[in-house]
Amino acid sequence: MQAAFPLVFAALLFCVGVFGVLSRRNAVLVLMSVELMLAAVTINLVTFGLLAADRGDVVLTGQIFALFVLAIGAAEVGVGLAIILLLYRNRATVNIDDADLMKY
Amino acid sequence: MISDHAWLIPALPAASALVIMLFGRRMARAGAEVGIAAIGVAFVLAVLVAVEVFTANVSAVAEVEAADTEEHALAGEQVASTGSLALTEAGEGEETAIPDGVEAFVNERAVTLTPLGDGFDIEAGIRVDGLAAMMFLLVTFVSLMVQVYSTGYMHGDPRITYFFTLLSVFTFSMLFLVIGNNLFMVLVGWELVGVCSYLLIGFWWEERDNSNAAIKAFLTTKLGDVGLMVGVVTMWAMFGTFNIGEIITAVREGVQAGGAPLDSGLLTFALIALFIGAIGKSAQFPLHTWLPDAMAGPTPVSALIHAATMVTAGVFLVARLYPVFQASQAALNVIAIIGAITLFMAGLLALVQDDVKRVLAYSTVSQLGYMVAALAFSYTAGIFHLFTHGFFKALLFLGSGSLIHAVHSNNMSDMGGLKKSMPWTFWTFLIGSLALAAIPPLAGFWSKDEVLAGALTAGGYTGNVVLILGGLGGMITAFYMTRVLYLVFAGEYRGAGHPHESPGSMKWPLVALAVPAVLIGFANLPFEQFHPTGFAAWTMFSLEYFEGHPAEFVLWLALGSTAAAVLGFVAGRALYRVAPAAERDPVLRLGLVTRVLENRYYLDHLYMGVIVRPLRDRLAVLAYWFNDRVIDRFVYLVGVGTQRIGQATYTYADQRGIDGAVNGIGVSANWSGGLLKFAQSGNVQFYAGAMFVGVFVFAVLFAAA
Amino acid sequence: MTVIDVVMLAVAVLGGASAILVVVSRNVVHAALYLVVALISVAGTFLLLGAEFLAWTQVLVYVGAVIVLILFGLMLTRAPLGPMPQDNDHTRLAAALSVALFGFLAVLIMQAFGDTALPLSVTPTAAIGEILYVHWAFPFMVLGFFLTVALVGAIVLARREEGEGPEPLFDAEMDSERPTPAPTDVSTTPGVTSPSQEIRT
Repeated sequence: MQAAFPLVFAALLFCVGVFGVLSRRNAVLVLMSVELMLAAVTINLVTFGLLAADRGDVVLTGQIFALFVLAIGAAEVGVGLAIILLLYRNRATVNIDDADLMKY
Repeated sequence: MISDHAWLIPALPAASALVIMLFGRRMARAGAEVGIAAIGVAFVLAVLVAVEVFTANVSAVAEVEAADTEEHALAGEQVASTGSLALTEAGEGEETAIPDGVEAFVNERAVTLTPLGDGFDIEAGIRVDGLAAMMFLLVTFVSLMVQVYSTGYMHGDPRITYFFTLLSVFTFSMLFLVIGNNLFMVLVGWELVGVCSYLLIGFWWEERDNSNAAIKAFLTTKLGDVGLMVGVVTMWAMFGTFNIGEIITAVREGVQAGGAPLDSGLLTFALIALFIGAIGKSAQFPLHTWLPDAMAGPTPVSALIHAATMVTAGVFLVARLYPVFQASQAALNVIAIIGAITLFMAGLLALVQDDVKRVLAYSTVSQLGYMVAALAFSYTAGIFHLFTHGFFKALLFLGSGSLIHAVHSNNMSDMGGLKKSMPWTFWTFLIGSLALAAIPPLAGFWSKDEVLAGALTAGGYTGNVVLILGGLGGMITAFYMTRVLYLVFAGEYRGAGHPHESPGSMKWPLVALAVPAVLIGFANLPFEQFHPTGFAAWTMFSLEYFEGHPAEFVLWLALGSTAAAVLGFVAGRALYRVAPAAERDPVLRLGLVTRVLENRYYLDHLYMGVIVRPLRDRLAVLAYWFNDRVIDRFVYLVGVGTQRIGQATYTYADQRGIDGAVNGIGVSANWSGGLLKFAQSGNVQFYAGAMFVGVFVFAVLFAAA
Repeated sequence: MTVIDVVMLAVAVLGGASAILVVVSRNVVHAALYLVVALISVAGTFLLLGAEFLAWTQVLVYVGAVIVLILFGLMLTRAPLGPMPQDNDHTRLAAALSVALFGFLAVLIMQAFGDTALPLSVTPTAAIGEILYVHWAFPFMVLGFFLTVALVGAIVLARREEGEGPEPLFDAEMDSERPTPAPTDVSTTPGVTSPSQEIRT
């Protein structure tokens, strides 16, 4: 397999994630887009991990890091949803462009 | 070995000084308790160290003696008469064989510092041997007594915390000087004690006399310090090291740094330079004039610094380098003559003083003269006199402090009849006086006898000078102490108020000091069978320099000096039994002699006239002219110019330039802030978008690179 | 084109399409379900790259846990379940940026890795375990601690204490067709809020 396949796929996921983060109003959807970006990153890690293993890396750095990103992503979803819940409870909305108290 | 930890002895007062300085004001007794506790522990340590060192030295002597006896027996010789020690024969031309591995106790530990890179090593080290152990005992004990005494004497003084801080700092400095294993540390400690002395003499600096005395003491000793520094540097140049042990070894082997043969002329120069330092610090002729003035300080300070410890630093220095001094007969002669002149001259000066502390001060100078002179002949005699004198002179000073505390005057003409009201002070003062006057069997008798016997044994020109002047000095000592005793304690009270005995904190140190003043002489009885186990063995410099009999007991000499002392006493009693009115004091009615003595041989006038005044007056006139014509003009011009420039600056630079700029900055900040505030939309997605754009731009830039 | 290349291409197309649907779908629940497909195709990519353990972890954690969590989140925040506009006013700008970013990345990748063949090999799960628990033991423990902290933090954030915080504001003019949310309902008894109630709103 060519290395370009998974890498381009990851780039696609990432850019779609960027679009989602920038264009969605619903905070939960923004969170989902972030998950897409994280998935893209894990694909990159695994792919480059394979290349690194070919060059003598015996401790599977790429896959282990991907695993860590997975775990941290799960934690991020948990904390992120808790924040969204709090936002909803205080402002009765989950639209993130309504949460603009921190402005001039 | 406890001596490994001897560094704690100076470290404890240093720590207590720090603690008192930081927290003393908040303590119940103004920090005194910390100082006393620290010096108490240090004294216990000093005793333990001394026991270890002295025991080791005594057993080393015994070993040498045993080996020597064996050798004699093998050679089939009849060992000399039973009382005579093998070691004593060394002086009679027969080399005493010292078995291998037997050495006098020296515990030397050091860390080498190279502050200036290679080639200039400075050691921070300790050298614990008999001499250091003896000094530890003396310094810690007297310091302990003085600190206890000071809680009474200085009670209520507004600066009492400062006082106890300084006492601790001084004690640390003195112990630092004593413990140092190299001349550099000695030099540092030397300057430290000088500074402490300066601060303590000027402790009551509100009175101009006191601060003048402090300055005089500092500058006069400083003059000697220059000599010391020259000596130390010369030593370093000669031997390439500051280490005392290495210098002694080099001198004994007769090699300088680099293997060159010893240059005895240069060595003599270095030794005399070092001795000039000792002259300044130990108040020897002709730099003794600062010590009587130093009595302006509080009396406990006089007892600690100007009687028992700091002024003996010079003596200590000579003793420290004793084997080196032995290599130069010329230097030894200088030492002997200076000491002899000092002891006699200062004794005479003590006769005409009215201030009780000044009598004691001149007496101290005189006794220091004995020590210095003794070191020219005998190591043991010199430091033994140092040791005993430290105790009884501290006792006398503290006693005089007790008197001053009661009478509120230093002058004997304000005292009299105090025997009844101050019995403790009287009896302890009497013991101290008798010890000082060398009345057997008190401490002073044994040590002074040792000095005179040493001079007698040495013989020659210098020996005879020291012997004669020392004998006369003994008589003078007895005379002036008798005068003090009668003027202070006998007759009717002439002062104001009702004197009363001092409080316990002042009384008990007197008693504690009186004990060694009586007993310490027995540490070094001048009979041969006591030497290998007595003071001479305890504090021996090394086995090579161990003096089996520094001075044999010469009966006629002992009797003679006792007789001289008694003669002095009788003369004093005859003249002062009925206390004469101040103006009818016999010693003040000797015409020219009195005038010369009262003016201290005109030495102060000489120094003022030859050194101080020309410098001060001529320089002052010159400086005034320069000040008036040059500096003042310049300053005036500068002032006017500055004013003009200031006006111009105000108008143009400040009002228009800087104010304009400041206002402009403010306005522009306001304006740009108004524009930039729209960047702070509060919208998270706007921020995220900006971030992504930024990352994108950077990614492109990196890719392009 | 080997078989594996073809499969990869198919997975990529599937994943890419569902990812795009995630971000353009007007129905939030649909978006979540498309996300499931996208994440499963990511897991498929892992499988193709030989990372078995990672693939199954991806499925378990994301499909099994994260998606359920997100659905819970949607439900608890009473997101409108029917189709409705979810986008803000800057969609075109965002699209332009994303496309530009993708084009740039694609060019970059093709330049750098265009002709690099991946040395495929299957990583046994046992090997991952050995390395993870030996070589990466300390980071692994730190990660565990981190997860605990995140868990506690999430609970602290989401929990509502008695009398804490203001009553939820309801801005009538902001979204008038919504009912006033019942906060007690939300925080204390989430299970009570049944889907039927949600749909009715």
